Amino acid sequence: MTTETLIWLIPFPPILAFFLIVLFTNRNKALSHTLGVGAAGLSWLGAMIVFAAALGAHELGRTPFASSINWIPTADTWLRIGVLVDPLSAVVLFFVAWTIFMIFLYSVGYHNFGQPAGDHDRPGLPPHGATVEEHGHPQAVPSIEPMYSRFFAFLGLFAFGMYTLVLSDNLLTLFVGWEIMGLCSYLLIGFWYAKPSARNAAVKAFMTTRVGDVFMLLGIAFLYSATGSLSYRDIFQPQVLHTLASVPTPILGLSAAGLIGLLLFIGTVGKSAQFPLHVWLPDAMEGPTPVSAMIHAATMVSAGVYMVIRMFPLISLDPKTMTVIAFIGTFTAIFAATIAVAQNDIKRVLAYSTISQLGFMIAALGVGAYVAAAFHLVTHAFFKALLFLGSGSVIHGMEHGVLHTGDHTVDPQNMFNMGGLRKKMPITFWTFVIGGFALSGFPLLTAGFWSKDEILSGAFSNGNWAVFVTLAVAAFLTAFYTMRQITLTFLGGPRTAEAEHARETPWTMTLPLIVLAVFAIGYGWVGIPQDFLGLHLNASWFHEFVGSTLALAPAASPFSWIVFGTSLVVALGGLFFGWLAYRNVTAPEQDRLQIPLLKNKYYFDELYGFLFIKPAYWFAETFVYQWMDKGLIDGFLHFFGRAANAIGSAVRTYVDLLIINQTVGDGTAHATGWVGRNLRPIQSGRIQQYMLVSLIVLLAVAGLLYYLLVIV
Amino acid sequence: MIPLSWYLILSAALFSIGLFGVLSRKNAVAILLGIELMLNAVNINLVSFWRYGDVAQMAGQVFAIIVFAVAASEVAVGLALVISVYRRRNTVIADELDLMKW
Repeated sequence: MTTETLIWLIPFPPILAFFLIVLFTNRNKALSHTLGVGAAGLSWLGAMIVFAAALGAHELGRTPFASSINWIPTADTWLRIGVLVDPLSAVVLFFVAWTIFMIFLYSVGYHNFGQPAGDHDRPGLPPHGATVEEHGHPQAVPSIEPMYSRFFAFLGLFAFGMYTLVLSDNLLTLFVGWEIMGLCSYLLIGFWYAKPSARNAAVKAFMTTRVGDVFMLLGIAFLYSATGSLSYRDIFQPQVLHTLASVPTPILGLSAAGLIGLLLFIGTVGKSAQFPLHVWLPDAMEGPTPVSAMIHAATMVSAGVYMVIRMFPLISLDPKTMTVIAFIGTFTAIFAATIAVAQNDIKRVLAYSTISQLGFMIAALGVGAYVAAAFHLVTHAFFKALLFLGSGSVIHGMEHGVLHTGDHTVDPQNMFNMGGLRKKMPITFWTFVIGGFALSGFPLLTAGFWSKDEILSGAFSNGNWAVFVTLAVAAFLTAFYTMRQITLTFLGGPRTAEAEHARETPWTMTLPLIVLAVFAIGYGWVGIPQDFLGLHLNASWFHEFVGSTLALAPAASPFSWIVFGTSLVVALGGLFFGWLAYRNVTAPEQDRLQIPLLKNKYYFDELYGFLFIKPAYWFAETFVYQWMDKGLIDGFLHFFGRAANAIGSAVRTYVDLLIINQTVGDGTAHATGWVGRNLRPIQSGRIQQYMLVSLIVLLAVAGLLYYLLVIV
Repeated sequence: MIPLSWYLILSAALFSIGLFGVLSRKNAVAILLGIELMLNAVNINLVSFWRYGDVAQMAGQVFAIIVFAVAASEVAVGLALVISVYRRRNTVIADELDLMKW
């Protein structure tokens, strides 16, 4: 089997698993998860083989693995679709395969496989726990998710979408994968659809990303009309790019390339939850935690950034678009980081952290740090998936405590209910610390340090001081809220009885944590800059490899002590202050950063409610329903109804009743009755009268006959 | 020989007397008598036409005898009915027996 064939095959096991589970094995939970995890494993294996082949290939950037087929016939040519593995897709494929596989495995434990069915669980709600007899007395234990098989089916469909997106060689199939993931995101956020909050979050996510997707589709359509192709390699040919950059458009004085880039970027803003379309991602945490880890941290939201990286040669043509991208990214990074500081829900902190980190990547692209963005994309996927899975593990452990105490009012996601979990859940603790330190950019050791350092140095060396300073502050806040989270969750003593009875999770959950923790540390080492600390190291493998994707490999930003010092200070300073500020905090009231403005996320939900949702409701309810529908359309209908009714009554009164009924119908009857009444006396019952009449008639007839026959 | 028309005039007269009796008498028995007169007028006709027609043919006589038989049975039934009516209604006046009206 050639590598190209294998690349074609990678996306298919998960979708096959999806159909098999949905159609056949839905009732069998063990078979369903075997299919799901097995399919993810097959795709993982294929991805690893392809990745290894990509590593061994000579000049992969110039001659990538590519294969395409005719798909849709257009007038005189074909729309071709195909697969492409160049250095960029190879590294993305690597982390996608790993995280997806790990999260599939994790889901088995997360959904309590092997536990009894719940006492009063029902589909659409999280499992409430079951009661079993143990040592002669009833014991509350976790119960298995009622819709276990469905979860793996959705994950499979999602994995198909992500692999399609990563491996496609054109924007069309990328968009297909993009939308499949959008759908899966909706389905999985709303997985516990009986919870109104989950339902609303699913709708919100779907609607918000739709805003971006519409613009992205416009961008794709514009690109197709301008170039006649959607394949990356056709678009990125120098003369095509040159044409795109020189064609002006009527909008904002942008070139065609700039406008297309901007439209595509709006798609990313929606998908990667950038300001101002960031509002859906925190709410998406209503979904099960593996979903938060996979879709809303590691893969789907990364897809937005991946698309911008992928389209970088096009997008970077117009400086205005790049400025917009840099601004949005930087602003999102600091904006989300400030909100994360005041959140108490363990998953919401991570959600805002994800928004912020995606902002880092977008900002890196905006300042032209192509490789840094890709590097941070990969490292972030690993450590954020790790953190989410770790938080899921924590929640799981806390739920165990809740089941133990039986007090279901305790929110197992609120960090102020935790504390001291390091002793109860050591594996989760250590892996979470690794992930958290990677997120904070703990110097030298963790992957996050190297990638974030590269972004900062990219911003610095490009002379973007505003971006550099803002990102540095955001990095400080990142370290701060991460340490806040670790301190509140794991350090100190248990603040509730539930935290005291938390228990470590099964191996299916901890194994993925360990694997991802290895990457959260080790993956940074492949991207150590060549001139780090003024030393002469081997060239950064990641930079060389991914940089070769572009026709003109980007130069590595030179080492700067200022950047290195900043990275060091913000990471360590943030971690230290985070620990210092929260080591003795036991209740939300003692937390001085619980500012209403931050707590309420700068009132963006309220603002959007006021700006868009209320007008939309007004438009739907008052304008369309009351005015248009009831007033205008119903008015017409009622008018016609009444007119028809009036004509009908007139016909009835003057034609039917008067002429037909009274004159013809009743008239005939009356006449007949009248005649009958008046003829009645002749039937007197007197025999002699009858005989007399008979005689007269006889004589008359005889006379007539006589007249007719004899006389005439 | 007496011409046929004499017989026919006698028969017509007799028939007319009978008819008048049927139409004018109130008593049901008298009406029956009137009917007998009319039947006998018919008999005179039958016998006269036989006598003045083909004497070899027996039809006129036979019809006359049939009419006798019919008249006899009619009187028998009619009188029985009259008696029955009289027993129920205590009258034999035809005008008072007017149940068969609307």
